Amino acid sequence: MKFLCLDCDDIMKFAERQLPGDGTLAAVFKCGSCGREMAMLTNPMETQLVSSLGIKIGGREVPAQPMELARTSLEGGRDEAFVLSEDIPLTSGAPAAQGEEASPGEATAGRIVWTSEAAGRLERVPSFVRGMVKRIYTDWARERGVLEITPDIMDRARTELGLEGM
Amino acid sequence: MRKIRTYQDVPHDTGSGLLEQVLDQHHRLAERLALVRSVVAVASGKGGVGKSAITANLAAALAARGLAVGAVDADLNGPSLGRMLGVSGARLADRASGVEPAQSPSGVRVMSMEFLQEEEDAPLRWREPSMGRFIWQSTLETGVLREFLGDVEWGELDILLVDVPPGTDKIARLLELVPDLDQMLLVTTPSETSRFVVSKSVRMAREAAVGTVALVSNMAGHTCPECGHVSDLFAGDGAKRLEEESGVPLWAEIPFDPRLGAATDSGTPLVITDPDADSSRAILALADRVEEHVGIREGGVVEETGS
Repeated sequence: MKFLCLDCDDIMKFAERQLPGDGTLAAVFKCGSCGREMAMLTNPMETQLVSSLGIKIGGREVPAQPMELARTSLEGGRDEAFVLSEDIPLTSGAPAAQGEEASPGEATAGRIVWTSEAAGRLERVPSFVRGMVKRIYTDWARERGVLEITPDIMDRARTELGLEGM
Repeated sequence: MRKIRTYQDVPHDTGSGLLEQVLDQHHRLAERLALVRSVVAVASGKGGVGKSAITANLAAALAARGLAVGAVDADLNGPSLGRMLGVSGARLADRASGVEPAQSPSGVRVMSMEFLQEEEDAPLRWREPSMGRFIWQSTLETGVLREFLGDVEWGELDILLVDVPPGTDKIARLLELVPDLDQMLLVTTPSETSRFVVSKSVRMAREAAVGTVALVSNMAGHTCPECGHVSDLFAGDGAKRLEEESGVPLWAEIPFDPRLGAATDSGTPLVITDPDADSSRAILALADRVEEHVGIREGGVVEETGS
C-alpha cells in the first residue's frame, strides 16, 4: 500500500504510528514535497490482518524476537513453555548511577541493569512472553544508551513501542 | 481524466517498512535452514494414514545411526509428534538467538505446538477479533510455522523432518516457506481412496520441483501374530497403482502392527524398542533410502496437463 500526494505527484512517507489500545491503528503519512499529512485509520480487523503477517506498519524499533508471532498471538499460551535463558541477566556488570545514560550503542547487555522495581514488574509478565518482553526492553534501552531500566523507562519504552499489556 | 501514477510507477520506499520486514523474515528463515543439509517433508494430503507415527519412527531411526536430526510438527491444530517422541511437556530454553528445541530420548530435536499450549484439550485459538477469523487464521498458522522453522535453534542438522498435516494446501504452505525442499515422502495406504487423494499431492510436489519425491505405503497388510498369515487390510493396491501411474517410486511398504501405535503412544518409537519387527524393518529400510538421497536433486517434472 502506498499513498500518493496528488497535488505534488510525490509519494507520502510514513511519519508516525499510534496504537490507542482498542485494536485500531493510526498511521500518519506525510508528503515529502508539500508537507501535507494524512492519517490512515484501520479497524481491528484490518489491524489484525497486518499483525498476522508478523510485521508492523512503520517498521520496527527493536528486532523481531524469536517466536514473537506465536507468543503474541496464541491464546492460552503455556506458562511453563519457556525457560528464561541467562544471556541477558537481570542484574549484571557495574551498577549504573540512577538515570545514568551512555551514548547510544555504548551500553552493552552486560552493563544494563534492572532496578528491583523494574525486575519485579517484569516478574509479573506471564512467563510465556517474559523472555521476549525482557529482550525488547533491553534492546530498546541499549539503542538509546540507557544503562538502567526502571519502571519509568519501561513506561517510556512501552508507549514508544506500542507494547500493550507488556 | 487526470492520469494517476500506478502502484508500480511509484518508488517502493514509503518508509512504512513492510517489505523490509517480510524480506527480513525470509532472510532469517534462509539463514537458519542454511545449516540444514536436507529438509524432508512427510506429507500425504490425506488424513489418518500414519504420517506422524512414520515421522517419529523415521526420525528416531535416522538419529540412531548418528545423524543430527530435527523434527517439526507442522500440524499446529493436532500436534502429536512431541508425545510420540517422548518429549511431551518439554520446556524450551529461550535465547536471544532463538528457542532451543526439545531433545527426545532418541536424540531427535523436536518443535511442536504442543509445547506452547497450556491445556492439553485446548483447540488452537488465536488472540484476534472474533469476526473474520478465517481471513487471518491461515496467515497466522503460516507465520508460526515459519517461526518453528526459522526461530528455533536447530543448529547444524543432517536432516530436518517436517510432519505436514492433511490437505494439499498444507503442502503448498510448506513449499512457500521452503521452496527448495530436498525430499517429500508421500504417505498413502493401499486403498483406492487414498490413491485418489494422494495423487493430488504427487502432482503438487512434482510441479514444485521437489528434489526427490517418493511414496510410502502404510498399513500395507497385516501379519497374524498367531499363524504368520499375511492378510490385506484394504481391497486393491492403490499405492502400487499410484507408483505406476505417476512414476514416483514406492520406497516402503509398512505392514500394520498394533505395536507401532502402542510404542508411539508411549513415546518410544518401535524402531527403538523392537527394531526387528516387520514394520520397524520397513521403516529402517526407508531411513536408508532417505539418507542415500540427501542432497540428490532428481528433478521434479512439471507434467503437461493437456489443453
